[in-house]
Amino acid sequence: MNNFDEPDEQEVDSFYKKVKADAESGGYHLNSDVEFTKELLKSILINKKRYGYGACPCRLASGTKEEDLDLICPCDYRDPDLVDYDACYCGLYVSGKILSGERKLQSIPERRPTEEERKQHQSSQSETFKNLSKPVWRCNVCGYLCARDAPPEVCPICKVSSDRFERFI
Amino acid sequence: MKMQHIEGQNKGKVVLFALSTCGWCKKTRELIEDLDADYEYVYVDLTKGEEREEVVEMVKKWNPQLSFPTLVINDDKTIVGFKEEEIKEALG
Repeated sequence: MNNFDEPDEQEVDSFYKKVKADAESGGYHLNSDVEFTKELLKSILINKKRYGYGACPCRLASGTKEEDLDLICPCDYRDPDLVDYDACYCGLYVSGKILSGERKLQSIPERRPTEEERKQHQSSQSETFKNLSKPVWRCNVCGYLCARDAPPEVCPICKVSSDRFERFI
Repeated sequence: MKMQHIEGQNKGKVVLFALSTCGWCKKTRELIEDLDADYEYVYVDLTKGEEREEVVEMVKKWNPQLSFPTLVINDDKTIVGFKEEEIKEALG
């Protein structure tokens, strides 16, 4: 069915442990349905092999990293989806309410803008600002802000790479 | 474009656009098969080049957001996402 080497169980298991530990240390929760969760993580590993980056398994990746930065897991839409729907688009990350069983996990609407809308957003972003001594950078995944000449190599809060930052002010 | 055909009872023309890596797409396939509906599906993430362009245009026609799973029934009704009750109602 596909030409890519499927990761073995051990690989999926150690990735699961790492992602779970990272999530919990940052106050996030993975879906407690371990089978479903591991299936998604296995798909992220497949995408890493296929594209060279861990694109969201529930969205269509273009194969070009620059166009897909917003959907590298954890994606830019996880946090707003956790606020509005108690889960990320895939159901990989869930809120405390779903974890405790107070809410039921379900498939949620897509909030990623269409390709045309994303291009418009990019071209409207070139405006820069005022007399600040340093620019302010925002992590598009967790919202962390810092004022420095360039974004950090790795977000100190959620650990994503510097290409997930955008100039905020 | 090549569709995979899964045999079942004829409940109208059922076409599923899915991703091979997506958990909700997998649940949708399982539900359609539990309901024993005859259907065709394509894993859009496994298509390339012209075939990809062709299938993307087709999905956008039914679902401009190009999200998955997109289920099209009788070239008319579109169900986007794993909407269990809606799918059961349409194919039950």
